Amino acid sequence: MIIMQEQTMPAEKENAQKAKIDALLHLADDSLIMGHRCSEWCGHGPILEQDIALTNIALDFVGQARNFYQHAAALLQQLPNDMALALADFDITPASITEDSLAYLRNANAYKNHLLVELPNGDWAQTILKIFFFSNYRQILFQQLLKNSDTQLAAIAEKSLKEIQYHVKWSGEWVMRLGDGTDESRERMLKAIDYLWPYVGEFFNCTEYEKTAFELDDTSIDLLKQTWLNTINHTFQLATLPEQTFGKWYQSGGKLGIHTEHLGYILAEMQFLPRTYPNAEW
Amino acid sequence: MVNTIEHTESQVWQLLSTVNDPEVPVLSIVDLGIVRNVSVHNAESITVTITPTYSGCPAMDVISMQIRLVLLEYGFKEVKVEKVLSPAWTTDWMSESGKEKLKAYGIAPPLPKQTVCKPDEFQEEEAIQCPHCLSYHTRLISRFGSTACKALYQCQDCKEPFDYFKCH
Ligand SMILES: [Zn+2]
Repeated sequence: MIIMQEQTMPAEKENAQKAKIDALLHLADDSLIMGHRCSEWCGHGPILEQDIALTNIALDFVGQARNFYQHAAALLQQLPNDMALALADFDITPASITEDSLAYLRNANAYKNHLLVELPNGDWAQTILKIFFFSNYRQILFQQLLKNSDTQLAAIAEKSLKEIQYHVKWSGEWVMRLGDGTDESRERMLKAIDYLWPYVGEFFNCTEYEKTAFELDDTSIDLLKQTWLNTINHTFQLATLPEQTFGKWYQSGGKLGIHTEHLGYILAEMQFLPRTYPNAEW
Repeated sequence: MVNTIEHTESQVWQLLSTVNDPEVPVLSIVDLGIVRNVSVHNAESITVTITPTYSGCPAMDVISMQIRLVLLEYGFKEVKVEKVLSPAWTTDWMSESGKEKLKAYGIAPPLPKQTVCKPDEFQEEEAIQCPHCLSYHTRLISRFGSTACKALYQCQDCKEPFDYFKCH
């Protein structure tokens, strides 16, 4: 018996290790792509204060992405090199595994972000609503991660939550202002809901790596899902927007590397420089 | 030997209090409360542990470099600057003298007990005191100000806009 246990342990450990790397890259990719999309508003905001608000939010996301990539890189560096390279799924073999190589040298099909975050910004209502949905999801998930057995993951969640609270509040206020605003702002918010709602189901369609690394089971996932929906509907009610329910069908695939065509364009823009001029420095 | 190290460590804290935050140059990194630990290993080697105010704080790299520079100048050969995230920085880590310096500089210091961050108190606003005329009759212009750590307010009495070093 003891011998058998010893034989099965490494495989189990390897799976747990792989799940953790996948989950960290998933969190990092979500943050980076959200940050990139928010930064596209720089210089285009409706008024200066809101332009600054979005670039600040972009900065928070990129900062969080760095923390997740750094943690993933640190774990990968402890593994045998072949295994680490395979786990990260690089497109080009990097000189070393760092936060930068993880962001810049992986292809779209190695990226694990939700489809929602890679969608083009659209108008102000779509941008606001995307941040509102995503920040509320992150707030609920990260509260769960505070208890994670990986103390560095818990620490990043703790740090990020302080920033997320501002994003939740800021975007929620805008949802109310637009929903309960003019005919046009309301119309645009309703269109934004129609456009984005098919993508929110993916939040709670958890992959095996999320379940393992985030220490979630079906019951806790269901609870997250209900909490999120109640929170969204609470704000929608204040905004005089229609109550939402989860449909049977939704868009998914991003977390397993199956993306919309939009991600390729983002990566082409983001990765062009480090791929064309390897090791370029400021 | 122990005495020497303790003596050196207190001197290092002195030195670090001359390193200013590039975004709020009136505050030193010690006032701001982002230096978590100083550990002198021997006459040549030291580790300083710092924590960011915000995940994406762009000043962290500059601050790390400045710490390195003052300590190399002091005579250390091996300077390690480590970053920790937990416990997360809050404005409670800011020293009282730091809060006074902020106010004198024209930035409203963070309130001691925060309410704005709690999601369940979604609609509540804090009364922020104008650093110029001390009136509480002020209004929020934008939750996000000139840097990630500040929000923009305006005083309804003296009409001056001002930055508020927001809660965390
Ligand atoms: Zn005033």
